[in-house]
Amino acid sequence: MEAVFYLSSLIAITATALAITRLHAVHALLFLIVSLLALAILFFVIGAPFAAALEVIIYAGAIMVLFVFAIMMLNLGKQAMEWERRLLSPRIWVLPAILTLVLFAELAYLIAIRRGGAWSEFEPVLPAEVGALLFGPYLLGVEMAAFLLMAGLVGAYHIGRREKKQLHRYLKEEEQ
Amino acid sequence: MTPTFIEQGMLLAAVLFCLGLAGLLIRRNIIFMLLSVEIMLNAAGLAFILGGARWGSADGQAMFIFILAMAAAEVSVGLALILKIFQKYKTLDTDEINRMNG
Repeated sequence: MEAVFYLSSLIAITATALAITRLHAVHALLFLIVSLLALAILFFVIGAPFAAALEVIIYAGAIMVLFVFAIMMLNLGKQAMEWERRLLSPRIWVLPAILTLVLFAELAYLIAIRRGGAWSEFEPVLPAEVGALLFGPYLLGVEMAAFLLMAGLVGAYHIGRREKKQLHRYLKEEEQ
Repeated sequence: MTPTFIEQGMLLAAVLFCLGLAGLLIRRNIIFMLLSVEIMLNAAGLAFILGGARWGSADGQAMFIFILAMAAAEVSVGLALILKIFQKYKTLDTDEINRMNG
């Protein structure tokens, strides 16, 4: 349990430090995902399984995929194929893969010792309690978060929309 | 045993936050700056979870969910802005696009 805690912390710090110093955005994203997975293990160890699942699904899944999409959209060009080929060379993915394997070993270890009995000093706070709290005292906060997400959606749509090219009013209006 | 873990976890959160701040200050690529903001938000979430774990309550995780929702909204608007900036200026360097009415 202690070993898992410290190892995950170490991986999180290493991966984050590597992420902010990479020159290529996709490499940085790879390391950032490793860092998020390490934090998810950490959450799991300190008794927050629901937060750990959300960290993997939403942070490492949805938000990082959004970043990848944006970077891919910025890179549409002739050299895209060449770039893709370089991306697949082992030198780039081998370090994140090793870190992720260590995390996977930690997870397997946690599951293995779970069968024996208690595996953490922390009493896990289960999703049911979180849900009861969210839809009880924090209901207003949940609704405000919903407003925020709606505003984010509308704002992103509005900003990302292609503008109509306005010609003179006597000329024919053209769609771009 | 438990308070030691919490202390060290808070230290980890502080280190991650500082790494995110350092990334925000040293990078000039706007995508990296957005990534650094994500790292800082995530460190704040870690601090909330640790606080919740210390007292065995679910409030920390509820706050983490709010932070998550905020991060998602922020990233979607931020990336839309970045795409727009790239279409207009053909660069992602913030030193090139530092004028509001350029």
